[in-house]
Amino acid sequence: MNPLPHYRSFFDLPRVDPGYRPVKERVRDWNEVEQHLAPDELARQAARCMDCGIPFCFGAGCPLKNPIPDMNAAVLENRWEDALQLVLTTCPYPEITGRICPALCEGSCCNAKDGDAVTIRQIEREIADRAFAEGRMLPRPVLPRNGLKVAVVGSGPTGLAAASDLNLWGFDVTVYESAKHAGGLLRYGIPDFKLEKWMVERRVDLFRQEGVRFECGVQVGADVSMDYLRRKFDGVLLACGAREPRNLKVPGRELKGIHFALDFLTRQNQVLGGELADVGGEWSAKGRDVVVIGGGDTGSDCVGTSVRHGAKSVTQIEILPKPPATRAGNNPWPDWPRILRSSSSHHEGCERIFATNTLAFEGDEAGRVYGIRCVQVEWKGRQPVAKPGTEFFQKADLVLLAMGFTGPEKGAPSADGLKNVWTAGDMATGPSLVVWAAARGHEAARQIAAALRAPVKA
Amino acid sequence: MKATGLYDPRFEHDACGVGFVLNLNGRAEHRIVEKGVEVLMNLLHRGATGADPDTGDGAGLLIQIPDGFFREEARRLGFALPEAGQYGVGFLFLPPGGKELADTKAGVQRILLEEGLCALGWREVPTDAQAVGPTARASMPSFWQVFAAEPKGKLAGDALERKLLVVRKRAEHELGRKAADHSPNAYAASFSCRTLVYKGMMIAPQVPKFYPDLTDARMVSAVAVVHQRYSTNTFPSWPLAQPFRMLAHNGEINTLRGNRNAMAAREPKLKSEAFGRDVEKLLPILEDFGSDSANLDNVLELLTLGGREIHHAMLMLIPQAWGSKYPMGPDLRGFFEYHAGLMEPWDGPAAVAFTDGRLVGASLDRNGLRPVRYAVTQDGFMVLASEAGVLDVPADQVAEKGSLRPGTMLLADLATGRLMKDAEIKMHLARRRPYRRWVEENHIAIHGFYGAVDAGDDADGPLATKHRLFGYTREDVRTILDAMAVKGAEPVGSMGSDQPLAVLSEKPQLFYWYFKQLFAQITNPPIDSIREELVMSLMTFLGHSPDILSESPAHAQLVKLQHPILSNADLARIQNLNRAGFQSATVKMDFDATAAAPGAALERGLAELCDRVLALVRADVNLIVLSDRDLPEGRAPIPALLATAAVNQALRETGFRTGTGLLIETGEARETMHMALLLGFGAAAINPYLAFATVAELVRTDALSVRTNAPRALQNYIKALNKGLMKIMSKMGISTLRSYRNGQVFEAVGLAQSVLDRYFTGTVSRVGGIGLDEIAREALARVADAQRAPTAAPLPAGGQYAWRADGERHLWTAQSISALQQSTRTGDWELYKKYAAQINDQAEKQSTLRGLFAIRPAGPAVPLDDVEPEEAIMRRFMTGAMSFGSLGQEVHETLAIAMNRIGGRSNSGEGGEDPARYVVGPDGANRCSAIKQIASGRFGVTAEYLNHAQELQIKIAQGAKPGEGGQLPGHKVTADIARVRHSTPGVTLISPPPHHDIYSIEDIAQLIYDLRCANDRAEISVKLVSEIGVGTVAAGVAKARADRVLISGYDGGTGASPLSSIKHAGAPWELGLAETQQTLVLNRLRDRIRVQTDGQIKTGRDVVIGALLGAEEFGFATAPLVVCGCMMMRKCHTNGCPFGVATQDPELRKRFAGKPEYVIQFFRFIARETRELMAQLGFRKFEDMVGRSDLLDTNKAVTFWKAQGLDFSAVFHRVDAQPEECRFTAPQPSPIGGALDYELLPQLEDALAGKKPAELKRNIRNVDRAVGTLISSRIARQHGHAGLPDGQITLEFEGSAGQSFGAFAAKGLTLTLRGEANDYLGKGLSGGRIVVTPAPGADFDPAQNTIAGNVLLYGATCGEVYLNGRAGERFAVRNSGAWAVVEGVGDHGCEYMTGGRVAILGPTGVNFAAGMSGGIAYVLDETGLFDAKCNLEMVDLEMLGPDDERELKGMIERHAQWTGSPRAKTILADWARWKDSFIKVLPMEYRLVLGQMSRDDAKTQREEKAKE
Repeated sequence: MNPLPHYRSFFDLPRVDPGYRPVKERVRDWNEVEQHLAPDELARQAARCMDCGIPFCFGAGCPLKNPIPDMNAAVLENRWEDALQLVLTTCPYPEITGRICPALCEGSCCNAKDGDAVTIRQIEREIADRAFAEGRMLPRPVLPRNGLKVAVVGSGPTGLAAASDLNLWGFDVTVYESAKHAGGLLRYGIPDFKLEKWMVERRVDLFRQEGVRFECGVQVGADVSMDYLRRKFDGVLLACGAREPRNLKVPGRELKGIHFALDFLTRQNQVLGGELADVGGEWSAKGRDVVVIGGGDTGSDCVGTSVRHGAKSVTQIEILPKPPATRAGNNPWPDWPRILRSSSSHHEGCERIFATNTLAFEGDEAGRVYGIRCVQVEWKGRQPVAKPGTEFFQKADLVLLAMGFTGPEKGAPSADGLKNVWTAGDMATGPSLVVWAAARGHEAARQIAAALRAPVKA
Repeated sequence: MKATGLYDPRFEHDACGVGFVLNLNGRAEHRIVEKGVEVLMNLLHRGATGADPDTGDGAGLLIQIPDGFFREEARRLGFALPEAGQYGVGFLFLPPGGKELADTKAGVQRILLEEGLCALGWREVPTDAQAVGPTARASMPSFWQVFAAEPKGKLAGDALERKLLVVRKRAEHELGRKAADHSPNAYAASFSCRTLVYKGMMIAPQVPKFYPDLTDARMVSAVAVVHQRYSTNTFPSWPLAQPFRMLAHNGEINTLRGNRNAMAAREPKLKSEAFGRDVEKLLPILEDFGSDSANLDNVLELLTLGGREIHHAMLMLIPQAWGSKYPMGPDLRGFFEYHAGLMEPWDGPAAVAFTDGRLVGASLDRNGLRPVRYAVTQDGFMVLASEAGVLDVPADQVAEKGSLRPGTMLLADLATGRLMKDAEIKMHLARRRPYRRWVEENHIAIHGFYGAVDAGDDADGPLATKHRLFGYTREDVRTILDAMAVKGAEPVGSMGSDQPLAVLSEKPQLFYWYFKQLFAQITNPPIDSIREELVMSLMTFLGHSPDILSESPAHAQLVKLQHPILSNADLARIQNLNRAGFQSATVKMDFDATAAAPGAALERGLAELCDRVLALVRADVNLIVLSDRDLPEGRAPIPALLATAAVNQALRETGFRTGTGLLIETGEARETMHMALLLGFGAAAINPYLAFATVAELVRTDALSVRTNAPRALQNYIKALNKGLMKIMSKMGISTLRSYRNGQVFEAVGLAQSVLDRYFTGTVSRVGGIGLDEIAREALARVADAQRAPTAAPLPAGGQYAWRADGERHLWTAQSISALQQSTRTGDWELYKKYAAQINDQAEKQSTLRGLFAIRPAGPAVPLDDVEPEEAIMRRFMTGAMSFGSLGQEVHETLAIAMNRIGGRSNSGEGGEDPARYVVGPDGANRCSAIKQIASGRFGVTAEYLNHAQELQIKIAQGAKPGEGGQLPGHKVTADIARVRHSTPGVTLISPPPHHDIYSIEDIAQLIYDLRCANDRAEISVKLVSEIGVGTVAAGVAKARADRVLISGYDGGTGASPLSSIKHAGAPWELGLAETQQTLVLNRLRDRIRVQTDGQIKTGRDVVIGALLGAEEFGFATAPLVVCGCMMMRKCHTNGCPFGVATQDPELRKRFAGKPEYVIQFFRFIARETRELMAQLGFRKFEDMVGRSDLLDTNKAVTFWKAQGLDFSAVFHRVDAQPEECRFTAPQPSPIGGALDYELLPQLEDALAGKKPAELKRNIRNVDRAVGTLISSRIARQHGHAGLPDGQITLEFEGSAGQSFGAFAAKGLTLTLRGEANDYLGKGLSGGRIVVTPAPGADFDPAQNTIAGNVLLYGATCGEVYLNGRAGERFAVRNSGAWAVVEGVGDHGCEYMTGGRVAILGPTGVNFAAGMSGGIAYVLDETGLFDAKCNLEMVDLEMLGPDDERELKGMIERHAQWTGSPRAKTILADWARWKDSFIKVLPMEYRLVLGQMSRDDAKTQREEKAKE
């Protein structure tokens, strides 16, 4: 029996995170770095949930509106199957969000106002992992087929969420994916040390068993036309992501050894997925001084990947100033805390430079980059202003540009002016988090069902 | 008076003073009439007048027919009378004159003739119209006495009485109605050959002036029953004055609707040997224009003339408590059980004086909620009244002084000259017939009935589908059922209710959610169903008695149900009874789920259901099981309540109601509220099979929050339902389920009147609402959900009790809270406006009624600069009453500082206040709460506390749980809280549901009087909760001369309360406020009282709407707490508030981050928003908005499907009156101007200043109330709680002291009284000493006589009391520090006591020490039976230890010294023998706190607690 929650459990029990495998060990493999909490510790963590009258965790935080307090209570009371069914009402792939979500919920957790948030993500992860381990994560029942067919273009987090919903409501759903395997950024963007590929496959398999058809390696616009889809389907949802990377147009950009982060990460994931034998010398960080430009999650993933390649050094440059350690006055709870965060990768050997702009890339005679000229900046309003006399040279023979994405890839299909064609996710609203992508997938599914006048589940 | 707007005369209440005088020897004298009038005069302060001070609510007296007087009058008028007893006199109120009068008189004569009587003559009763007020004059009838007899003198006595009743009834029915008050053209105040009633719309002194007859020396009688009425409204009518024909009633029948329904149901089959065929002419038995008292009189008359003696009939109607916990013998229990099968109790507070002209009696209801005192002289003269001392009876002539105890009766037989006491009367009656044996031999025994509960196997399909079919949510399962199954109690929550009303919710709502529980406030008290459980009963019968006017063994052939929740097996047992009179059949309550028009299908379903039921009952099936189990494909369940009500109605209309038992087998009902509604609309018992199955499933899957087994979980669930039902009943002041059943004590919010009229006749929804079509659509939405959703999917969240994304909407959301907190911290007006928009802008999704209102401008917009400033508006703002104890010290003081700065007022709440806060702090912050609350617990209410207030607020009810009490568990009573509350740390503090000094409307007038004396500089306000009829209660409050009345919405309230109360009791403030405004204006009372409102008021728009509906001031509670950091955690009851707001935990309190500045900023924003709205609407001054409800309109833009049927015209109705009559403009004169203390004060100045001690002597009368209180207020103001040295001021009185003698008496004041005292002596005693001894010369034994009334020492904190005689009920109730010695007490002694010492040197009544958590009582137990009378839930009884002996002996010695008590002297003289007869009553918790409990003992106790 788990501990009975006491009125002050949230206060008396400290937050405990499972932590990561030791750096020395984990950089030698590509496996998941995060550890698991022991069962009794997890129960204690669940007991820290205050079951708030207004749960800000999903009232303000979670875009998916996961019923977090109910899940926590179920875990505390050992009702793991209840917990699973609860999370599945809102989250299409809890084992994935339970790993890679930055946990907006925890930022808004009422316990985080004056203390530490409940370990909501860990609990979600455990709910899903246990269900898989115990054979309870089964294909879900589907409403009687309603005779309507929907094509979903793109199998990333948005596409999967929408496809899953529509399928459960009785639509006949086909997902078109240009890559060899389904999963989009989940599969090709996120490194294994955060999310192992087989987990994505496992989830896609479940969707497949529930009835979703996946057509991989099919490029809409090339292999099949939009006209074809519109003829064959009652509705088409475009969820092709926002994969057009933001470029850095400074002198020397044309030099060899400067890559977009996503290309770098994708190659590694293709290697791990068996699509490529190796990343290729040009793409390997082994023995190189790697500079990652951009301080976001993608940049961080590049750091971890480079470390595992065996980089000589890894440096991450961010144009924004170093965030504070705790919330600033203009960043009150329950807003997302804009504070300095260090990912597991950062601890694996990386220097982080903030408030620094790239002036130019310097190349060697072979046309390959060997360094970056940088300058420190000061922020005046929304404008970075170079601080005179702070120019410096940063050695680099592999530069990874992780400065975000600007929108859909060139050549991606468009819904413009087409009836019964919808766009959703990053493709519609710009790059964002997986959890937002999933939420928008749900939203799109509801819109499609409403537009096609099909009933949905309560 | 007709119903206009929200005012409806149906909601009027009355209360009063009542009494009689008589000669036991039956000698008729004029002196009796004179004394009767004198009693009336001395009860004057218990009556009331309206806006017209000369028009009373009613007064009158009932006497025997003065044969000699009438004989001479008849001779004078030219006709002769037969022998006494052979003629009857009808005292008729007829139309004032003209043709109408002539026609009516002719009609009466015709009816007399048709009934075989003749009119001997008419006498116009002389009256002096100038003696009564203008309002009374305006509606005055003409007054006639008609003399009637059987021409040959064949009829006399009872036979003649019966015939006269037939004549009277026919005259009432046949001769038309008066336009003014809808009473019959021929209203007979009396029509009897024995009794005569003079009454009218007047106050006592006017009675003899108006009716000169009464001063005529020939007007003789052996008895005079008198009554002075106090009604809540100002439209009393002449016929409603009392006494009625057989009784005068001080009280209120809470179960009136149920009793009326039951009587109407009996009428078709009414048979009487005595009346023969005439019985049909009596129908309807109950006068529809009559009050509850009048109806009670109607039935009493029927039963008495039908063949029972009057006291027998009275006991059928108002039986005492006789449940298994009540100590009584088997014969008497048999008597009551037998009669319980015949007649449901007419339940409610009642002191009744009754007579048929020969027997005169008085009786008290089971709760003893009205005082009755009497005295008998040695020469056989007797006076009985609501107070002692209404007549001067020389002490040396008194043979006996006593009081009526709860459920007891007193009967004088004028023929034999005997005065019979309760035991004798009841034993006689109990042995008239072998009732006990009749019951034993005839009741229908069922083997295994109410045995162990088993949910059975529900093999037919998965639960999930059924759950969806009946709209179950996760909250129903996890929050409601889990708590009930685990703890055996309903779950508790906090912070009110902010979700949409059912009619505004887009989630399909259970039909139950459209109803709100009614509750008692002021006009009668709620009951404490926990501590006074012995008066409660959930027992009901199945089967019925053929008629009520006869008695036979067959009447007892009934199935007795211990409680109304039937297990599956018990339902089956009843269904299988299969014997004559108990044939059962099951009828499905369902309708076609596939029809195109759902409303029509539902209507058809209901009609078919009723037809099937009627066909069955015509075929002699008398147990109907309405079932929604296993419905066929394509059928949807009819909401069980709708089906039950429809069948109930159909049975009633066809005369089958009494003969048919309705059992409801439903998957829908699960909460207490559901059960209460089903019972309230006619069900006899309920089998909630799906709830049972769910609980069993939870146990099976180990999904309960605490592991248990199925039988126990199911028992717990049933126990929780039963406890909850008792709570709901007791809220309304109803003690027995038999009278609650079919009592319809609910109002509807959001149902169409057509639905109500058709299926719920008599129930009111003041705003209309949805019809059958919408009801059906909601039911069908559930059917669709059940069909569609996969069984593994979780149920919908619910979201009623905590926000959920897919649940009910709430006004408080993460977004609105963040915006409010940020804006008030940073002073960001734009952000505040975003917050306000989230609350106000409900164009698409409404949550509140006001959300649907639109406001029309009063004129062109005015420049903002012309509008009165923010500062002026802020002075109208208050913070809500939240106690220090529920809130932490930090937030409590933050609110006080903020409100003092802006000139608003903060409210102490009910937990007292730390005297340190009375002084402005070194930081210049004033932490003193301007409003001090007086709540039912009276914690920390001392003379000092009261004198540090600008306003004293009497909390009658609170929005979160109107009609309920509260409890602060011992573990939360920290040293600080205990100090402030004058209690003991660690000892549980219980707030009773009622104020034990407010059982009636005249009592609140008394409390207001007391508080004015306690602080004559403070204003008095009364806090009520919105419900239907609150307007008339507010009128009563205005008449009681309060300065302010607060109407709280049901949805507000921050305190911990049962969830069912938070959600289901009370109404939105919009309704109550509008009703209050309309009723007050209509009664011309509005200008003398301020009106305030609160309940989820969050924005300036809320303020403006409140003002337009009639409020001048506004209370805010939740919003300022949110500003201070509250996140609506709704965990206040756990002490675990993580933001340090509602917690006493020192660590958590450190997290409090609120500041007075934020609160001020909030109110500034509210005022700014209000001001901007005023400018737009064209108002410059706030007061111009007050009551302009004509500017409100329904927002036409609202298109929500369920809102279409709402109609607010009654809410927006504006009573035509001048603007200054619609708001507060004319302060009331203080009622305490003539207080005795004012005469004494000038002589006490030096003594008060602490100089020379003073001693004064005075005579005192019962009209001198709250004596010593003003003096104590001066002591408290000058010297604080510490007071003056002992003996500084001594006041000696002789006579009968009025109520509240020595209330709040402060230290240094000694009051001695030689004579007797009335109720509330020593209320709030704050250190003073009170000594009462019999008057000099009295030669009765003081220890055998009653010397003081009920409810003594209520809320006393310290001081001493010595009573040389017995006291009434509830002695030392909620005493927390006073020491008292008394020589006997009534029922419920030492109830809720938390500290102090009480020594009782004589007998006690039942239920001693109920809820007693602290202090010690020493009781002399000469009979050895004390343990049977003591409530042992919280106390141990033990022998005295040496310390105790010393303490007790000291108390008795002081008692002897102060009173000279012979009893005390006897005991002390032989102390060694007597001391062993004393028992020490020691609360277990107190023992624990005193460190006197062994560790093992304490451990068992803790384990017991944990199990609870």
